[in-house]
Amino acid sequence: MRSNWWKILCVVLLAYAIIGGLLLPVPARHILNETIRNLYFHVPMWFGMMLLFGISFYHSLMYLRKQDMNYDIKAVAFLKIGVLFSCLGMITGMEWAKYTWGEPWSNDPKQLATAICMLSYFAYLILRGGIKDEEKRAKISAVYNVFAFALMIPLLFILPRMVDSLHPGNGGNPGFNSYDLDSRMRLVFYPAVIGWFLLGYWISTLHIRINQINYKRDNTF
Amino acid sequence: MNQLISLVKKDLLIEWRQKHTLFGVLLYVGATVFAVYIMNGQPEVKVWNALFWITQLFVAVNSVAKSFLQEHPNRFRYYFTVVKPSTFLLAKMLYSMVLMLGISLISLFLFSILLGNPVIQTAVFVGVTAAGSLALSAVFTFLSAIAARAQQNAALMAILGFPLVIPVLMILSNLALSAISPVYQEGWWVMMLVLLALSILVIILGLILFPFLWQE
Repeated sequence: MRSNWWKILCVVLLAYAIIGGLLLPVPARHILNETIRNLYFHVPMWFGMMLLFGISFYHSLMYLRKQDMNYDIKAVAFLKIGVLFSCLGMITGMEWAKYTWGEPWSNDPKQLATAICMLSYFAYLILRGGIKDEEKRAKISAVYNVFAFALMIPLLFILPRMVDSLHPGNGGNPGFNSYDLDSRMRLVFYPAVIGWFLLGYWISTLHIRINQINYKRDNTF
Repeated sequence: MNQLISLVKKDLLIEWRQKHTLFGVLLYVGATVFAVYIMNGQPEVKVWNALFWITQLFVAVNSVAKSFLQEHPNRFRYYFTVVKPSTFLLAKMLYSMVLMLGISLISLFLFSILLGNPVIQTAVFVGVTAAGSLALSAVFTFLSAIAARAQQNAALMAILGFPLVIPVLMILSNLALSAISPVYQEGWWVMMLVLLALSILVIILGLILFPFLWQE
């Protein structure tokens, strides 16, 4: 029970984020209107995705140092849930963009960056699928994960220079910075970010436990 | 250093002696450019630029793939005993840069014959092409090492590499645009430096990570 406090916290925060996010008052903004509530669902997906990919990167690095299969199992689990979050973030974002920007896809640098991230992590999953030997699969995919993650970071600096952004807060659009983000919205937004991330972490730990049991079962005679 | 030079020399010599693979790549470039010409005729400047870099991408996948994938897996064990992994990777990268640079220039020549020549500042365009060959061949050499270790073909290398080189291609086409249309571009040198820094980052990452791929 004592080690599970964060799971209870996750449920409480998410319940608050969903109920409060849909019912509590939000500032009325031109064009955004009520779609501003998407902030509680769409933006936490990105924070969750970045954190999960970061944790996965850390575990891949540790695998390369220690050559312990547990690190490989963890790296894959966090990466898969990160991919899930990126898909959800993409869907919620495109749905929102249809009503505010007029079309689901409009070459926004953040959309492009996410699309590129998604493509390269899908490629990671394909790469893993193609290798039979467990140790070799762990090593090669860890190398690719580190390589891809390290190349993603400069990408975040390059893309915004290449194409203009439509996102709130960029290019003169009203955003969620200190002026625009209402203090009432913060009260829901920060708990929502923590809640969604904890949910992602929770799903990952379940995935890790299943895979650790499978690994043990396959490697005992 | 001596080892590096002799490894590069060995690869280039093999390339020269097995002429069929070299001419195969050249024919691939020729056929691709011809196909593009048949589909599109002589396009306007921006389309020309986009087509040129897309062609470079496919040429890179097909020519650089050979750097690791053409070697027999057993031969890696031999190299493992004679050279350090970093020297080996650097040699392969140098070799594919030389190859890629040559092929890029040939495809530029073919493009200017078949699809028209919109290039105003030839020196700038050739410079961008050289920087592009450097970046593309560095990324794809490392990925071909991954694909070779995974005992897969060039298709895997392509799916691993395409997302990673999209930003490189965006920078390249923007840089090249200032050599073919008379618009002034702010921060051209900054972008060029970003591109070079990215290539150096790829090479350093490769040098750090390659020893892990190499050991069995």
